Amino acid sequence: MSERCAVIGIGQTVAKSKREDVSIAGLVREAVVMAVEDAGLTFADIDAVVVGKAPDMFEGVMMPELYLAGALGAVGKPMMRVHTAGSVGGSTAIVASHLVASGIHDRVLTVAFEKQSDSDAMWALSVPQPFSSPLLAGAGGYFAPIIRAYMHRSGAPRDVGMKVAVKDRLHALKNPYAHLHLPDISLQMVEDSIMLWDPLHYLESCPSSDGAAAMVIGSERAAAQAETDTGRRPAWIHGMAMRSEPTMFAGRDQVNPQAGRDCAADLYRQAGISDPRADFDMAEVYVPFSWYEPMWLENLGFCAEGDGWKLTEAGATSLIDGGDIPWNCSGGVLSSNPIGASGMLRFLETALQIRGEAGEHQVPDARRALGQAYGGGSQFFSMWVVAVDKP
Amino acid sequence: MSEPVTMMAAPMRLDYVFTPGVAQGKNMHGLERGVFIGQRCPKCKKVYTLSRGSCPTDGVPTDEIVELSNTGTVTTYCVVNVPFAGQSIELPYICAQILLDGANLSFMGLIQEIPAGEIRMGLRVEAVWVPPDELGPTMASVKYFRPNGEPDAAFETYKEYL
Repeated sequence: MSERCAVIGIGQTVAKSKREDVSIAGLVREAVVMAVEDAGLTFADIDAVVVGKAPDMFEGVMMPELYLAGALGAVGKPMMRVHTAGSVGGSTAIVASHLVASGIHDRVLTVAFEKQSDSDAMWALSVPQPFSSPLLAGAGGYFAPIIRAYMHRSGAPRDVGMKVAVKDRLHALKNPYAHLHLPDISLQMVEDSIMLWDPLHYLESCPSSDGAAAMVIGSERAAAQAETDTGRRPAWIHGMAMRSEPTMFAGRDQVNPQAGRDCAADLYRQAGISDPRADFDMAEVYVPFSWYEPMWLENLGFCAEGDGWKLTEAGATSLIDGGDIPWNCSGGVLSSNPIGASGMLRFLETALQIRGEAGEHQVPDARRALGQAYGGGSQFFSMWVVAVDKP
Repeated sequence: MSEPVTMMAAPMRLDYVFTPGVAQGKNMHGLERGVFIGQRCPKCKKVYTLSRGSCPTDGVPTDEIVELSNTGTVTTYCVVNVPFAGQSIELPYICAQILLDGANLSFMGLIQEIPAGEIRMGLRVEAVWVPPDELGPTMASVKYFRPNGEPDAAFETYKEYL
């Protein structure tokens, strides 16, 4: 990276199943006003806006960024849209940060959203096509067979996924912005929930949420100004990486995709990470189905291949159990899933932790954190590292 | 006074003509004859099913046409129990990744004629086609897959396709 850059403003809506009181424009407006004010700025201070959301079919509004320009304060300013499916919130934050790291802009507003209740997001991408089987199974039907392959390869006990489902919902109880607050959550409750996509229970799957997330990315100069004006410390960006691979090719490892491993290797090289489990104080990782926690623990190099479930089982990823590497202290995607925003929420939560402003779900003295998002058929990855210290 | 209208559902419909292109056209003409078509990469020699005409790894056209077997192996699967509107298959049903013999890429297919509790990785299956007069240039020509009675395939034979 050339210029230093940092997260200087943060805004997010409370995730809910239906925000009937606002339009898409009203939803994103809430998050961006919060982020701009949080940075001690007004919209006049923003140089450019970068927007991300999952495929347009999810709401049935094509190229919504055009009509949202007004709500985002982007009229007359450079604005661009990023498309990388479920990982888009992460990629959008990275594109915005590149505009600052490159020295082009001082303050870039980035926002991602989904308003699932505006349409039928669950089946929006399952339209019948003549070249594929007329099978409607949704995202769970796509990922469940991959999870089964992981279970077979690793020999993990069947209840590991349920443990993740409980752990992330217990974390969510400490996050007022989380969609799901299930005070009675227990292994028994997960096991008793309907088996939607065997081996995945209903409570091992993410909810459908409306929500938006926004951040202001600032240059070193802008970060110093924001810290003076607001008293909040910047979350310095130490590395950013994106990778993709084809969804289908012969010999593809769908359980442990090469694009994810390559993305992490590039990120760790930039940020000087040699032992992720020891070097990070926490991580926010895209886990929409419970078993993706042990799978991504391996893909991100927190342990050897085949050992991810052992970390989960030992409570290493639990904030409440005092684990050494808490994952998804916010409750994660399992507790809030405004799809387009879900990736940005991972990145945003790492910044919140680095600022020490995560409230009840704060990891004590978090100094370096990993944010990760993936999307599509696990073919898009985006990741960043933020820290208290300047790079 | 009735309640004010705050939200309405507006179902939309879009009719379109699908142009499959050369590669998918070959696949579809195969389906029309009740045959699975594969396309072999001239470089890595891998055989792709439902190919879009190029090898994702080597980036070259997969010009060589191969007729594939009607039998294959279940590499992995899930049992679907999600109720939704317009469902045409009785719940629960089995969605499986099927690797046809001679192919190097699996695809998702419906498995029938086996109880959901007996499905397993490595199960050997065969395609069941619609009657000849109903065959068309679409995957709907394949009704489903069913066990073909052969012993299960060893994990080693399909582990690189997961």
